[in-house]
Amino acid sequence: MAYDKFTVLKSSAVPMPIENVDTDQIIPARFLKATERTGFGDNLFRDWRYNTDGSQKRDFVLNNPIYSGKILVGGRNFGSGSSREHAAWAIYDYGFRCVVSSFFADIFKNNSLNIGILPVQVSAVFLDKIFTAIEANPAAELEVNLPEQKITILTTGESESFDINTYKKHNMTNGYDDIDYLQAMKSEIQLFAEKSMY
Amino acid sequence: MSQIPTTLFDKVWDSHVVRKIEDGPDVLFIDRHFIHEVTSPVAFLGLESRGLKVMFSGKTFATADHNTPTINQHLPVQDALSANQLKALETNSAKYGISHWGLGNPKNGIVHVVGPENGITLPGMTIVCGDSHTSTHGAFGAIAFGIGTSEVEMVLSSQCIMQPKPKKMRIKVNGKLGKGIVPKDVVLYIIAKLTAAGATGYFVEFAGDVFENMSMEGRMTVCNMSIEMGARGGMIAPDETTFAYIKGREKAPKEAAWDTALAYWKTLKTDEGAGFDLEYNFDAADIEPMITYGTNPGMGMGITRHIPAAAEAGGSKASYEKSLEYMGFHEEDGMIGKKVDYVFIGSCTNGRIEDFRAFASIVKGRKKAEHITAWIVPGSHIVEQQIKDEGILDILTEAGFQLRQPGCSACLAMNDDKIPAGKYAVSTSNRNFEGRQGPGARTMLASPLVAAAAAVTGVVTDPRALMAE
Repeated sequence: MAYDKFTVLKSSAVPMPIENVDTDQIIPARFLKATERTGFGDNLFRDWRYNTDGSQKRDFVLNNPIYSGKILVGGRNFGSGSSREHAAWAIYDYGFRCVVSSFFADIFKNNSLNIGILPVQVSAVFLDKIFTAIEANPAAELEVNLPEQKITILTTGESESFDINTYKKHNMTNGYDDIDYLQAMKSEIQLFAEKSMY
Repeated sequence: MSQIPTTLFDKVWDSHVVRKIEDGPDVLFIDRHFIHEVTSPVAFLGLESRGLKVMFSGKTFATADHNTPTINQHLPVQDALSANQLKALETNSAKYGISHWGLGNPKNGIVHVVGPENGITLPGMTIVCGDSHTSTHGAFGAIAFGIGTSEVEMVLSSQCIMQPKPKKMRIKVNGKLGKGIVPKDVVLYIIAKLTAAGATGYFVEFAGDVFENMSMEGRMTVCNMSIEMGARGGMIAPDETTFAYIKGREKAPKEAAWDTALAYWKTLKTDEGAGFDLEYNFDAADIEPMITYGTNPGMGMGITRHIPAAAEAGGSKASYEKSLEYMGFHEEDGMIGKKVDYVFIGSCTNGRIEDFRAFASIVKGRKKAEHITAWIVPGSHIVEQQIKDEGILDILTEAGFQLRQPGCSACLAMNDDKIPAGKYAVSTSNRNFEGRQGPGARTMLASPLVAAAAAVTGVVTDPRALMAE
């Protein structure tokens, strides 16, 4: 088992209504020098979160104590750019287990699923409803129900269903990963490789 | 026998599917795997913690590039963390029997430059690397894309990754490119039209006579930036230009194997009537020298134009304003004449010989503007040698420029090549994100010609004004 199982998550959420949040913002390149997968949460959104002297930027949402929770809600095209899995590690290490947006970049979405963060893609209309609900009440909770593929704003009762393929859903709810799956089919891969022209 | 018309993408993808999972991803066999020092160490740790071996060590190639200095490469790397990553790559490669071109090796260079120039990248392959610009290799008619570190571990341990099959997009550009319009302009134009997310979920085939008439270097520049419009990758059907580039390279097939490979490669094209999920058509005559004004690669425009007003730009007004504020620009500003502090030519996008030829064609007989700091960084030692052999180094030196040593350098500023906060850079790299080239750095992406024009005038300049009739 590679990571914690994900079934139903009920939590308040951190709103970040910015479009095209790229992985260089999530974790700048100069923090990619580790050879282990620890401590990346400290530098999550480093240059949006801290001034150059290391003091906190007061207007950044992660520095605002009224917002907290295990769900990050981002604007459209979240996670674009570099393929660095460190971005997903930083989000996980900080304490988020789910990212909600109206649109995700492909590689970020794959990386998240591979380490146990659930990317939940909602409609642009529903995303606005989430931002509005959090604005009205920063403690507003969301419920992300993976078995039922449904996300609900608990303060308003509004909900929407989301897509995830059966295979990934099974992995997430059981804490399995692709490496487990691939190891179980090594002999089939070996046969395939023997026919390969390269 | 009649066959269903098939796209190039489907031909390559389908021939690599080991297993299809119902309502799940395909298990895709990977022919070539490139690794570098930044995204591989944790994958090797993962192998060790699970007690797994590398399944086919001969299909993985390691090169050090992201984190390497571009001066004094013969000396020990000063930054302890960088040195540690470089050491980890060397140790892991040796332990698992993987070919490793580390710092100082004559074949060392940026992974997406050295793969093709050594004949490792071939048509019809599936190629992955823990780097989003792996899409570069699509220029050869390969399916090539960036992956995360968990997937690096998958490829090392099983030579496969699990991927949902992307949708298919074709982008055609037909017509004749004008004077001073180079491949970088073509791709920046396409990204500006589609936006930074316009091809997310798709794999792109670039087609039309603009790409057919393009060199391999140019095709690599175009495919390299496919990811900047969100596409997983981009590819171009291999043709005589491709075959001529590959022939004779060190790891390319030889003799009978060449003939067999060539016969197969000639089948790698989209059949007449094959279907795409989405198609775009552009006219080469509409493309100008391009430059970006914002903080994602979709925020680009013709160099003679004015920055669009928020309302015309589309997307959220707040995000647009945040972007312009970071850049210190305003709606309706013109770009020509804006002050430039730094010029960077290099990267996996524009670090090949053709790019330095273009740069030299403008700076020849001129002088570097006094206040400009220029970083001229070849993509590999082979490119560095070509620069010397072709006399380009002499032109650069006479104009007051210095040549650095190969590496990713200021494209992502992991090493010391960082643009200072608030300074403006015209850069031939691929990303203008906030802080990409150093905390607070302001990046304008452009072609080697636009970079050269800025380097000698000190301001954003239309390179056509400096070109001979």
